[in-house]
Amino acid sequence: MPRPHARAWFDRLFDLFPPAISLFAALAVASILLIALNANVTDAYVALITGAFGTENATAETLVKAIPVLFVGIGICVAFRANVINIGGEGQMIAGAVAGVAVALGFGGQMAPFMVVILSLVAGFIAGALYGGLAGFLKAYFNVNEILSTIMLNQVAVQMMNFLLNGPLLDPTEAGTNHIPKTARILAEIQLPRLTIGWTEGMELFARTRLHYGLLIAVLLAVVMYVLLWHTPLGYRIRAVGFNERASRYAGIPVRRQVVLAMFLAGGCAGLAGVVQVLGLQYRLQTDGSPAGFTANAGFNGIVAALFGGLNPFGAIPASIFFGGLLVGAQNMQRDIGVPASLITAVNGIIVVFAVSSQVFVRRRRQRRLQAESPVIAKPEVVEVAPRKVEA
Amino acid sequence: MTNTQRIETLEMRGIVKRFPGVLAVDHLDFDVRAGEIHALLGENGAGKSTLMKMLYGLYQPDEGSILINERATRIRSPQDAIQQGIGMVHQHFMLVPSLTVAENTALGMPSRWQLNLRQIARGLSELSERYNLKVNPNLPIWQLSVGEQQRVEILRALYRGAALLILDEPTAVLTPQEVDDLFVILHRMIDDGRSIIFISHKLHEVLSISQRVTVLRSGRRVDTIPTSQATKPLLAEMMVGRPVVFEYQRNAAQQSGERLRMERISALSDRGELGLKEVSLTLYGGEIVGLAGVSGNGQSELAQVIAGLRAIKGGSIWLDGVDMTTHTPRQRHTAGVSYVPEERMVDGAIKEFTVAENYILQDHGHAPYVRAGVLLNHTAIRQACEQAIHKYEIKTPTTDTPIKSLSGGNIQKLILARELAGSPRLLIAAQPTRGVDVGATEYIHRRLLEERAKGTAILLISEDLDEIFALSDRIAVMYEGRIVGVMPRESVTVRQIGQMMAGATADAV
Repeated sequence: MPRPHARAWFDRLFDLFPPAISLFAALAVASILLIALNANVTDAYVALITGAFGTENATAETLVKAIPVLFVGIGICVAFRANVINIGGEGQMIAGAVAGVAVALGFGGQMAPFMVVILSLVAGFIAGALYGGLAGFLKAYFNVNEILSTIMLNQVAVQMMNFLLNGPLLDPTEAGTNHIPKTARILAEIQLPRLTIGWTEGMELFARTRLHYGLLIAVLLAVVMYVLLWHTPLGYRIRAVGFNERASRYAGIPVRRQVVLAMFLAGGCAGLAGVVQVLGLQYRLQTDGSPAGFTANAGFNGIVAALFGGLNPFGAIPASIFFGGLLVGAQNMQRDIGVPASLITAVNGIIVVFAVSSQVFVRRRRQRRLQAESPVIAKPEVVEVAPRKVEA
Repeated sequence: MTNTQRIETLEMRGIVKRFPGVLAVDHLDFDVRAGEIHALLGENGAGKSTLMKMLYGLYQPDEGSILINERATRIRSPQDAIQQGIGMVHQHFMLVPSLTVAENTALGMPSRWQLNLRQIARGLSELSERYNLKVNPNLPIWQLSVGEQQRVEILRALYRGAALLILDEPTAVLTPQEVDDLFVILHRMIDDGRSIIFISHKLHEVLSISQRVTVLRSGRRVDTIPTSQATKPLLAEMMVGRPVVFEYQRNAAQQSGERLRMERISALSDRGELGLKEVSLTLYGGEIVGLAGVSGNGQSELAQVIAGLRAIKGGSIWLDGVDMTTHTPRQRHTAGVSYVPEERMVDGAIKEFTVAENYILQDHGHAPYVRAGVLLNHTAIRQACEQAIHKYEIKTPTTDTPIKSLSGGNIQKLILARELAGSPRLLIAAQPTRGVDVGATEYIHRRLLEERAKGTAILLISEDLDEIFALSDRIAVMYEGRIVGVMPRESVTVRQIGQMMAGATADAV
């Protein structure tokens, strides 16, 4: 055990820079991989950083990649706060995208463009919410493990999408050809506008990039979910159930309903990720048929972003941008240094592992310190002989 | 003593233990001699268990030394402690329910290639006979009562050669008769030249069993005195730092009409057995009914049934003449049922939540804590919580402090404040002062009596008979899921209640 002073100093350091320290640790481990491949480590990381933030366009691309991650991450904050482990972001994204694109194609040109966009976003949210809520319902009322059900439902969603894109929703111009599975392009008037910063015509930041209004919608959603979690009785109940089901039951909170609700909201956020991806970036729903063909793994990366952001919707914002940067920078690293693509995936993975475990580590240290500082807390020494079963 | 070296003297000198930001034990001296029972007395957090953990090798002291038979000794681990002849019986037993007594004893033995259970059983039988422990080494633990399990723990420590035995709150789980039996056993052990450190906060037990008593307060030793010179008020004052009241001024009960009526309630326990068997009980306004019983005889289930947290198999519950058998917990709370649950950190509070968030656990859904229909009114919440903190003398840095960093007594006061906030018709207080320090206990008792004076019906569930007798107007005793008797307090003695807790019926005592 280190001396008390050294320990206190280390504690303070660790509190200030937990993500930074975990990042350096991850980069150090990744360096070993790079060295093993005879790559220049410095060059590789310079390529990673410039690739992510080096130019206006790089930064814009980073933000573009961050948008769906952020949407999903916000929803994950809600689900995990209710102690529901939602691994179904992928499937919920797809559900949202399918519903959203169907509305956009079906109503496009038949009513005011603004109304179509709103309707499309609402449809995406509801579709994702129902898809997530289904897993929540199964967990709450039939005790189906939500990790299993959401992962399974991801597969169902992918296959449903593949079916729809090869049939009912297939772009009519592609019909009969050796087609790519994709829908028709949505009308230009219902595409989300590009997002620029600045007023001078032609001089705005991000003027010639793909950055779109989805970023603003996502930030707005973060505000809404933050308020919901910490400033409404609804969020209070969700968090209460997440921390302690028995005390919630004791307080008369309908526990099952909160579980369904949390999954409903989480699914809705992921659904928005899907529909915004269509309205803001791709302008059609398109896939290569693989599970991540449409989502590019945003449904999974959102989980990491939420954890990295401390399960706080606001924390998820920088965390998503960080992961967006990682995704974009990695591509650049691959191009510049010529290391195999799989290494980039490995580096990404290592950073994720370190980032997430640092969160757990910090939380545990804080807990331990709290206990040590107040010896008056009842600390059970041993688990009781017959632990009582927690009732649903 | 045959198989052990004697510990003539054990001395802890100038012991200091720091945790980050806290001085848990501050230059403490403590000693035990062969053939004595030395009581260690103090409130929660006074440093008793930290000190004993250092003696048992679970913690290392930062400063100071431990001398056994006047030789400085380092105790690096519990194995070390056992080798030195120190044994400890923890408050929560460390036994594997599916294994036999002998197998449980073998578990803690230094690992050898061979396991001779028969030899262990023989050794255990001999020791059991010698100290009249009445333990059959071949029975599995789950078949034993709590008192028997405790004797198994003692037997196991003796078998491993304990010349000094540390007993951490050994009487907390026992009936008065079992306590008497335990004391006989302890006397035999000291007659045999062993020594015992007896950790407790029950003053009358300390007075009746120990030869010397050491009182700790906030990590320091207040004093060590011969028990012959100690009195209950003196010890309490040493513990708390101010005089403490034991006898409460109670006005005659102002009983009003029938408040709660339970008729032939049956319910399953968590184990799936019939935990409540046709229980009937009626409470009137303005009275405290004490529900006594050894834990696990249906008291917890009864409390949960009244609060609506446990489904019933049969019977009915009426509050103020209204049938609420099928009402939800929320509806019952609205109708005036308040419940201070037994496991306060599992049921009564959410430990990750702040003090303020825990304060609104029941009423977070409506005015004045909600404004504009959907938003939590944090200002109103903080103000209400601050008032409660002030009124109930709750020690907390702020309303935004996580509740888990408060002491047990302060958490309990907050729960009590919350449950009494809406002027309940009926209060169920389950083990309201378990693990709570003397000062807070006294405060909680006063509050309960105030509530009684206001006309609230109170069901007080407690394993502490002193508490039951100090507060109750009537005493009900539970045994194996049944109420075996309800009597006015004046007409029964502690001894009679104790016999009923062990299964005797009211007519037999």
